Amino acid sequence: MQLSSLRIDWTRNETLVPLVIIAFCALAAFSDPSFLSIPTLTDLLRGSIVLGIFAVAAMLVLISGGIDVSFTAVAAFTMYSTAMLLNTLAPDLPWYAAIGIGMAMGAALGSINGILIVGFGLPTLIVTLGTLSIFRGFMLTFIGQKQITTLPPGMREFGRMMMIRGTNPDGSFYSLPWAFAATVGVIVVTWFILHKTMLGRSIFAIGGSLESARRIGINVRATQFFIYVYVGALAGLAGIIHSSMARVANPFDLVGLELSVIAAVVLGGARLTGGHGTLTGTLLGVALIVLVRNSLVVIGVPATWQMVVIGLLILIGTGLPAWQAKRAAARAA
Amino acid sequence: MLEKANDNPLRPAAPSLFARLAASQEARLAVITVLVFALMGALSPERFLSVQNITSMAFQFPEFAILALAMTLTMLTGGIDLSVVGIANLSAIIAATILTQLAGGTQGADALGWYALSVAAALAVGLIAGLFNGLLVAVLGLPAILATLGSGLVFSGFAVVLTGGSAVMGFPEVAAFIGNGRMLGIPVPLVLFGLLAAALAFVLSRTAFGLKVQMLGANPLAARFAAVDVTATLIKVYVGSGVLASIAGLLIMSRANSAKADYGSSYLLLAVLIAVLGGVNPYGGYGRVIGVVLAVLAMQFLSSGLNMLQVSNFSRELIWGVLLIFVMIVNARPDLFQFKRRPPAA
Amino acid sequence: MSVPLVALNGVTKTYSGITALDDVGFDIGRGEAVCLAGENGSGKSTLIKILAGVEKPDRGRIAFDGAQQSALNPRASAAAGIKVIFQDFSLFPNLSVAENIAFSAELGEGVTLFRKRHVRDIAARTLARIGVDMPLDAPVETLSVAHKQLVAICRALATDAKLIIMDEPTTALTEKEVRALLAIIRRLKADGVAVLFVSHKLAEVLEVCEKVVVLRNGRKVAEGMASEFDAAALTRHMTGRDVALRAPAALDASAPVLFEVASLSKAGAFDNVNFQLRRGEVLGISGLLGSGRTALAKALFGLVAPDSGTLTLGGLKVPLGDPLKAAAAGIGYVPEDRLTEGLFLLQSIGRNVAVGRVDAHSITGLLARAALWAESADWLNRLRVKASSIEAPVRSLSGGNQQRVVLARWLARGPQVLVLNGPSVGVDVGSKAEIHEIIADLSRQGLGVIVISDDLPELLSTCHRILVMRAGRITDDIPAGSTSETELAHRLAS
Repeated sequence: MQLSSLRIDWTRNETLVPLVIIAFCALAAFSDPSFLSIPTLTDLLRGSIVLGIFAVAAMLVLISGGIDVSFTAVAAFTMYSTAMLLNTLAPDLPWYAAIGIGMAMGAALGSINGILIVGFGLPTLIVTLGTLSIFRGFMLTFIGQKQITTLPPGMREFGRMMMIRGTNPDGSFYSLPWAFAATVGVIVVTWFILHKTMLGRSIFAIGGSLESARRIGINVRATQFFIYVYVGALAGLAGIIHSSMARVANPFDLVGLELSVIAAVVLGGARLTGGHGTLTGTLLGVALIVLVRNSLVVIGVPATWQMVVIGLLILIGTGLPAWQAKRAAARAA
Repeated sequence: MLEKANDNPLRPAAPSLFARLAASQEARLAVITVLVFALMGALSPERFLSVQNITSMAFQFPEFAILALAMTLTMLTGGIDLSVVGIANLSAIIAATILTQLAGGTQGADALGWYALSVAAALAVGLIAGLFNGLLVAVLGLPAILATLGSGLVFSGFAVVLTGGSAVMGFPEVAAFIGNGRMLGIPVPLVLFGLLAAALAFVLSRTAFGLKVQMLGANPLAARFAAVDVTATLIKVYVGSGVLASIAGLLIMSRANSAKADYGSSYLLLAVLIAVLGGVNPYGGYGRVIGVVLAVLAMQFLSSGLNMLQVSNFSRELIWGVLLIFVMIVNARPDLFQFKRRPPAA
Repeated sequence: MSVPLVALNGVTKTYSGITALDDVGFDIGRGEAVCLAGENGSGKSTLIKILAGVEKPDRGRIAFDGAQQSALNPRASAAAGIKVIFQDFSLFPNLSVAENIAFSAELGEGVTLFRKRHVRDIAARTLARIGVDMPLDAPVETLSVAHKQLVAICRALATDAKLIIMDEPTTALTEKEVRALLAIIRRLKADGVAVLFVSHKLAEVLEVCEKVVVLRNGRKVAEGMASEFDAAALTRHMTGRDVALRAPAALDASAPVLFEVASLSKAGAFDNVNFQLRRGEVLGISGLLGSGRTALAKALFGLVAPDSGTLTLGGLKVPLGDPLKAAAAGIGYVPEDRLTEGLFLLQSIGRNVAVGRVDAHSITGLLARAALWAESADWLNRLRVKASSIEAPVRSLSGGNQQRVVLARWLARGPQVLVLNGPSVGVDVGSKAEIHEIIADLSRQGLGVIVISDDLPELLSTCHRILVMRAGRITDDIPAGSTSETELAHRLAS
């Protein structure tokens, strides 16, 4: 049999997004030669830490054929409650304990999504929309609404741990916190799960065809439950990192980001219909969004245009493949 | 055999009214709404049932309720419109810019003329934005959730570009009527919402367009095979959603006496929530305006009642989420909430 | 005589009072291929489900290798080596060929880690066993239907299959692909694997089968050596009567030309198609899958845009590639896949008919609901749709009644030409005859009817003329009275 030979598919997001990124960088370097520098890179990487973890989590759910919009609320809930908990009960716990508590709390909240989705068979979008309100509402009503400006020492310490530190020629500093390693860790672990375990292959299988997965005996319920718990734990981690880096736990942070994160993931080639998604694509999507956020001004576009640009990128990034698919369907009889 | 048959194999449906009510999710929702109202009334009768509270509720909810109507319309086709808040704010900012930049300090008939122009401009923005969404979804074939997510950012983005992110304010007095005025003692926002809800219900049940929207949502492929003008219908749906959003924008502008790119950001999820709570099937094909109206009322009674009880403002969100999940569970597993177990249907 | 691989005895199953299987018993030997034939609703699918352990019989005994099975469940059934290949293959479109083949085997071994190399080994070995070469890393969604079926067969083999049950194995295959499938089945039999073909049209697979079992209304009505059956005998047993190939009433010789197709072409689908349809004529178009018949049918209704050519209806050109304009010009189309293309399953029966006429009943913009409803009910009555209520969801109807709902939708529009793609697919014998009656009636009323079908007796008994398509071209134009089923089958395949 003949399969179409491998050739570059210009409508694939994994091809398009890096091209846009390269074009963007080339343009930026042209208008400001100092753009291509370590500080730009560390800014980009720092901007990708929290967004990257969120995106990996959102991608996992999309691959399984669901959608999760509650992860930002899980993150906000976790970071705020953990900071408050540690401050009042155990201020001396080290940073890794804070992360452990945060991830456990996130996993617990994720398991609520899991129970509603797996146990009651409710649609994922509606469930997570509901829990988004519930988690946030519960935190703001019963835990608190005021920013915590004095973080527990463990979290403060974590926020100050730097992998890379340096001085720019103009005397300003640049740095990359160790939190970045956490994002790398999340990527590696998720890659391992997705590509090296039967669990991960089951996630792809469920996203490809739920009915077939049931028929060949994949434990669909357990797999789906795992996804929402794991995503919860990742969101918890992202929450702790966010507040550690910001040096404040603001309960109003993060929520509202969820759709942009999903947009970044879709920009990276994951499909809303499930079964498709790559870590490379997702990270490229994140990189593009962060680049636009950080450096739009460098290529001569005023910062106020940022939203318009991101919106247009999403429309182009999802529109081209959709248009291509529609034309292919019309050509085929 | 294609002549008229004398015998009629199609017996009309005649289950009892009660049985039909018990089976409908709108009826269940109506019961919930009444219970919420009664509960809040009982917990805090002198305040919750006061004329002042009831009128203040009537001023509050129409702006997001209208967005929920827009969401209902798109969800009926199996789509969604995540750009409604963006459209509302962009429309309001265009209208506000006309009022502040061009109308200046005019009064009386002049101001009214300028206001009419600004309203027309806002509606035109809604129409064009909706058309844009419609083309993305119906012609280019983007999934609605992504198309409107992207276009929503673009619309909000333009609102930021136009204003630099700050509020536009200083309108002639006439602009306040739509958000704060009364007609025959009834708050204008409530009148507006009532008219729009009635109009949408009418369109959905009494026009060819309405029937096509529902059939299209039920099975887009079969609609195409049945020679339904799928593309045109979808475009009209998104235009309708855009225009409704721009009306909500005018209302928000009038009530806030200003327009800003990030007003009503919590309204997006709220509108989706209300539509789903009202029984609209997010996968398309089913939904009734009466359900959405009931859902709006239930939400408003709850949050106002809780306000009376000195519960924090943020508990609203919590309650909304709980209500949504609760109703979804009731709809998915009615057996859990029946005291008399019936044998499972074969 | 050796112990049979599977022995069924007196198997009976009722669903809420309706008997799906009544005292059915037969054996399947090791390495044997058995045809289980039956119309829709004859109990075939119930039998598959019972063997797969999904459903439990009310009465009867099932033995695997001589061992009585008390309580079958999917796991026990799979462990006994019984693998079902469903009509939709139940594959994962997004995963590779290798993974699709090896997934169940790996699950069965209970491993935690994904052993990529091992998975590829299993896949390569299984493919080699049936003598097929396929790229292991290709995503299954890029494969042809025939290759998907092979992947499904390999998946069953990879888990030590002793009996492979194939549900409707040939419906989606071309003649050549059926040949290739039969060659593979022969290899499997030589390997000691038994095969149970379950289908309503099995003439094609008879040659590799040892035994034929025919079900009708839940009962076994015939069993015997495959050599004793031919296509006609199978049909007779399945339907319980001789299907009289009565050609339709002759067409009035003076009937004017109603619809003309001229030089219609679409790259990769059909090429230079020309024919005329006269008023009152029923024209059959047949061809194997891949012959271009479905694409042509869709092109007539604008669902597929041809590259070139013209359609002329009543002297006026019909715009190409737009179903709305085709429908406005007076062409109707009843699709092949009723459930996804024809019906709004959860919507009411009434709405399913009314959707075709909403524009006609809303001249003022308002829907004249009473008139629309009365008209829909009237057409449902004329077509004798049996339903509890016009408000009932159309899903609750039988296949034959569902097809009549789709017909009612189109007839209400008063079309001049009606294209029926597979008009009696998935309907029971009685309804099939009634649908043929309806077609004859439409012809008497002067409609031009085009029937696209691979059901040769159906074509012979409904059509005045039959066009045969091969590789996108019309190769024969046969007056129905002058041919036989055998000759037609020969012309399709040669």
